[in-house]
Amino acid sequence: MKRILLVIAVVALYALHQDIWFWRTAHPLVFGFVPIGLFYQGCFSIAACLLMWLLVAFAWPAHLEEEIEHSDTEEGRPH
Amino acid sequence: MIPAIFVFLYLAAVLYIGVFAFRKARGKQEAEDYFLASRSLGPFVFLFSLFGTNMTAFAILGSSGHAFSNGIVTFGLMASSSGLVIPLTIFFVGTRVWALGKKHGFMTPVQMFRDRWECSHIGTVIFVVQAVLLVPYIIIGIMGGGTTLNVISGGLVPYWFGGAIVALVVMGYVFFGGMRGTAWVNTFQTILFLTFGIIAIVVIGAGMGGFRSAANAMLASPALAPLLTRERISPYYFFSYTFIPLSAIAFPHILIFCLTAEKMKHFKKTVIFYPLCILAIWLPCVFLGVMANRVTDVPQIKAKQEARRVLATQGKNLAPEQRDELREQSAGDDVIMLLLQRYAPLWLAGLLGAGIMAAVMASDSQILALSTMFTEDVFAFYGHKQRFGEGVQVKAGRLFIVLITLFAYAVALRAPETIFELAIQYAFSGFAALSPLLIAAIFWKGSTKWGALASTIWVAASVVAVALFQHFVPAPAPGPSVVVWSLGSTEVLSRTPGGTAVLGFMPVVPMVIISALLMIIVSMLTRKPAPTTINRYFGV
Repeated sequence: MKRILLVIAVVALYALHQDIWFWRTAHPLVFGFVPIGLFYQGCFSIAACLLMWLLVAFAWPAHLEEEIEHSDTEEGRPH
Repeated sequence: MIPAIFVFLYLAAVLYIGVFAFRKARGKQEAEDYFLASRSLGPFVFLFSLFGTNMTAFAILGSSGHAFSNGIVTFGLMASSSGLVIPLTIFFVGTRVWALGKKHGFMTPVQMFRDRWECSHIGTVIFVVQAVLLVPYIIIGIMGGGTTLNVISGGLVPYWFGGAIVALVVMGYVFFGGMRGTAWVNTFQTILFLTFGIIAIVVIGAGMGGFRSAANAMLASPALAPLLTRERISPYYFFSYTFIPLSAIAFPHILIFCLTAEKMKHFKKTVIFYPLCILAIWLPCVFLGVMANRVTDVPQIKAKQEARRVLATQGKNLAPEQRDELREQSAGDDVIMLLLQRYAPLWLAGLLGAGIMAAVMASDSQILALSTMFTEDVFAFYGHKQRFGEGVQVKAGRLFIVLITLFAYAVALRAPETIFELAIQYAFSGFAALSPLLIAAIFWKGSTKWGALASTIWVAASVVAVALFQHFVPAPAPGPSVVVWSLGSTEVLSRTPGGTAVLGFMPVVPMVIISALLMIIVSMLTRKPAPTTINRYFGV
């Protein structure tokens, strides 16, 4: 279930990049000088950061790391 | 000249970092130490160096120049889409490549492909395509260095001399420092640019009398108001651009960088903070590029706007060569430099010039990657490592660095810059279309070397086809595109003012989709590697 939600989140954010609703307008100017389309895309970058945090927190491929550490230990190599 | 002094101090500093890295590695003869810093980079250096590796002159000068001509759309096209797609590819592909590198000792993508698909010469074909797509970056880095030093010094440092200095410095720290030196220099460069980029936007904003009045003045001007929206850009074109960041993980220098992390957990910070780093660097560059349109007291900017106006109003009646000339005159790649010269105090202009220089010099990673690829995929693969030993392999890598830099400098002196700017555009699409190889190798047991070969040949052929098409069909004036092939009312192939459109999309979209389809179909029809090989990658 957790994985399905993360996949939906990734697809949804990808779709939200195509913000056709702010395509033809600069208004409102956020802080009095940032066009809304640019502000939206800036917020999109912050949302991407949050999504990456979710992926790292809930879908980190820890088994790969464990496999490497296990094989290093077996071979007596420092890691 | 004062800004140029700061730039020279900066160049001395990065050269010293390279030599310091050399001293740290003294006595070590292993190829893995020189080319991959013994796979020992910590989380902080890994984040900033990986990000710095991706920050080319294109990102800094090109983004503000693109925004100057096209408006705020630049950020959504190139930055925010990269802020999503690049960390996703690092998360899914980069971590797995790191693990496979640790497990099987790979140092290049081609080594992995050869082992995964049990192939030899097909790997060499992939190496050649990757190398050919990478070389223009090195050339344009040297050209950018020559131009930047020339502008910063007010013309006192000629282009040829500036290019030579940049080539020597980059060659110096890559030659001595290898991956360790390159990673440290990239970290230093990224921090420098992040710090002074923010100061620049404040200083330039104050100099222009505040952004609020500039934005409102632009909105009131019918010619400039569209730059604050995306009304001139097709949503298909905007969507197409989300395919371009797929190129990042397929670039050999980025993939090789993924092998340098000491532990896999070091990827965590890189994945999470990558979108914020992009935001911090691109947003100021794009915003300043757009706002440069309101600057009225810089003659060079006025000249660019006049060239743009002539192109828009009289372009249809002009010859293709005249249109190309006007496009070159209206290009805004130097607007950030012009704004700095006009509004920043000399010391700050110097520091920021050094920051811009840092971005321009990002070709270091490509030079090192090409050297790594040459020594591992050709020199070592064809038996020379066994014959001469690892010490000679590292020396061959260093010799290759000198030769490729000299070659790039010689070409940079003779060829027009626009050719390589175009080549880089094709290279982005080419590497994006090579990404299915990487994904198939890692995630699909059924992929085969013949599928990989079919995809690679398709990528090479499509890059050449797009280049030839754009060469023989001149770009039209701003406005409607020239339809070259249509079926009924559907425009299949068009020449747009900025490039090519296939069914309204950029060529990268069909290139990636067909590359993936070829990989799937041809792999399904051909013999798979032995089960023992597949089990080494996917477990029993």
